Amino acid sequence: MATTLIDVKVHHLTRVEGHGDIRIRVEDGKLVEASWEVVETPRYFEVMLKGKHYTTAAVLTARICGICSIGHCLASLRATEQAFGVTIPEAARKLRLLAKHGETLQSHVLHLFFLAAPDFLRLPSVLPLLEAHPEIVRLARDLKGLANRLCDTVAGRTTHPVSLEVGGVARMPDKRDLTGLQAELRASFDNLRRATDLFRIFSIPDFQRETEFVSLKGENTYPFIGGRIMSSDGVDLPEADYQAATNEYVTENNTSKWCGLSRDAYAVGALARINNNHLFLHPEARDAAFVLGLLPVSHNPFMNNFAQLVECIHVTHESIRLIDEVVDMAANAPLMAEVVPRAGEGVGAVEVPRGILFHHYVYDERGRILKANCVIPTTQNNANIHLDMGPLVERFAAEGMSDSQIELLCSMLVRAYDPCISCSVH
Amino acid sequence: MKHLSIQLKRPGIAVFDFTSCEGCELQLANKEDTLVDFLSAVEVVAFREVSSEKGEDYDIAFIEGAISRQDEVERLRGIRERAKVLVSLGTCACFGGVNRLKNAFDLEAANREVYGDKPKETLPVRSVSEVVAVDLEIPGCPVNKEEVERIVQHLMVDVPYSFPLYPVCVECRQRFTICLFEKGRLCLGPITRAGCNAPCPAGGLGCWGCRGPAAVANYEEFFALVRERGLMREELIERLSFFGAFEDAVSCCPL
Repeated sequence: MATTLIDVKVHHLTRVEGHGDIRIRVEDGKLVEASWEVVETPRYFEVMLKGKHYTTAAVLTARICGICSIGHCLASLRATEQAFGVTIPEAARKLRLLAKHGETLQSHVLHLFFLAAPDFLRLPSVLPLLEAHPEIVRLARDLKGLANRLCDTVAGRTTHPVSLEVGGVARMPDKRDLTGLQAELRASFDNLRRATDLFRIFSIPDFQRETEFVSLKGENTYPFIGGRIMSSDGVDLPEADYQAATNEYVTENNTSKWCGLSRDAYAVGALARINNNHLFLHPEARDAAFVLGLLPVSHNPFMNNFAQLVECIHVTHESIRLIDEVVDMAANAPLMAEVVPRAGEGVGAVEVPRGILFHHYVYDERGRILKANCVIPTTQNNANIHLDMGPLVERFAAEGMSDSQIELLCSMLVRAYDPCISCSVH
Repeated sequence: MKHLSIQLKRPGIAVFDFTSCEGCELQLANKEDTLVDFLSAVEVVAFREVSSEKGEDYDIAFIEGAISRQDEVERLRGIRERAKVLVSLGTCACFGGVNRLKNAFDLEAANREVYGDKPKETLPVRSVSEVVAVDLEIPGCPVNKEEVERIVQHLMVDVPYSFPLYPVCVECRQRFTICLFEKGRLCLGPITRAGCNAPCPAGGLGCWGCRGPAAVANYEEFFALVRERGLMREELIERLSFFGAFEDAVSCCPL
């Protein structure tokens, strides 16, 4: 019989989107099992999309995710527009990017404060902070509220947007609303500085595992919508060749698929984006990364938390600049390009909060979907989370951590990736 | 919270997610201006997405999502036994939502298409009320947090909540949205239950019927309007089927 034993079973991990289980077993200091399994109920979106009209695709796929529905909508629209050879007007391009930034901000703030921070403060949730540290809850509420209002103003609604359509955007937001939001965004840097001061004192586990990072490739700017795919192991592919980058496969124990590229697994998300494209970050975002100890290329998965905060600062700067550009545009600037459906296929790649997202549709000549494929960021991260867990447990079990400490550590690892599990199982 | 100067007991609420995008429970953490008040008025006993607390003693259980696997059926039955009040939260829970589109396909073929030779367990999608008794349904994709707050207040003082009887069109008029039909586009506003404040027609998308039929929905007039505007049957059926909430209208569509 084993003398020392670590035995951790987490059924339906909390403070993550969706359902996943952790299983750890160490006997006599030897790792026997360390697994991350996704048990979410599958929804079969790729099947539901079959036969649907091109105007339905983005409305339907937005429902893949309650947190990053704008991102899904944008990837879907881009895939359709690539298939039909549509180039959207400049104003629409800027407004879509602004909606994207609002979503990145909203999603990152939600994760940082509501899902991740309680672990660092050793609390079960953010709720006890209402009594103990109401100023932290107010800070989170203010940042998230502003991000939601930015999404509402530009995309019509944060969860399941209503103003983004094939060919462009349905409407120009009221420019007074935009300048009002711009002033609020400027004022929010105080809150972002406070957030940085709070997070920099959080001690993240000292753990590294060499990882391949995959993201869009910045040409002159930090990338968000469309372009080439790159990896930190030197892969460089056009957007349309996403299948060569993702290599999805089905495993026995997971309802999410797994992915791999140059190694057994790879990582996507804020840390991957910063590792691959840090040169294009706004200088103040880069300063914050330095203050937080995030020095690219970082192979510590827990750093993804800090990477998200760095991106919050970057997209706030970008949003302020974009609002200037949108407000300066002529009142009659076109918002919609002509859309003529045709037989063909298209791929849309978008950097959503949790990493690079791909939608791929094959259309018939009437603009109805023959075949669809969506490759989700968390789907791409699941194998990497699973492979991180073994070395993480080995490293800290050797230091004599207890079951509950190991359980917390592994839960924090999963949460650091900010998984969107129901998305990954779509 | 006080009502008629009587201190109310904070109801224990629990939120459980099933087959869904979890966007409705996310709305519970939104509406930042009243979030702190809302969270102070209730006691969050179990809410996996935001808290590690796993209490089993709750008054109101919010069920998000449709039911599409046997373990979900059993989990839901257990919650029904423990909950005093069981509320379907959102369109997936109320009608099956977009998940119901899956039911139009052969599930074995669907499994092969997505998972190849390693098929996963799945059942035809059902709404919550098709599996257990439901006390109240709050539709919406996503739900409107303001409405959820009002309904929770009603539950706390045990006063029945009534949804608007009229359709979404009334709310479009109230906020001066130009009618989508005037732009030659399809909208389910004339037959869909109001209470959302009509964000989708205002945003340009038009209504897709996530809240289900209005109590006073006049399908005949609606079909006549669609025919008069020369809109396509195919588009209409696709729209009516989208959230699984208008199966009656699909079956009686004369177009």
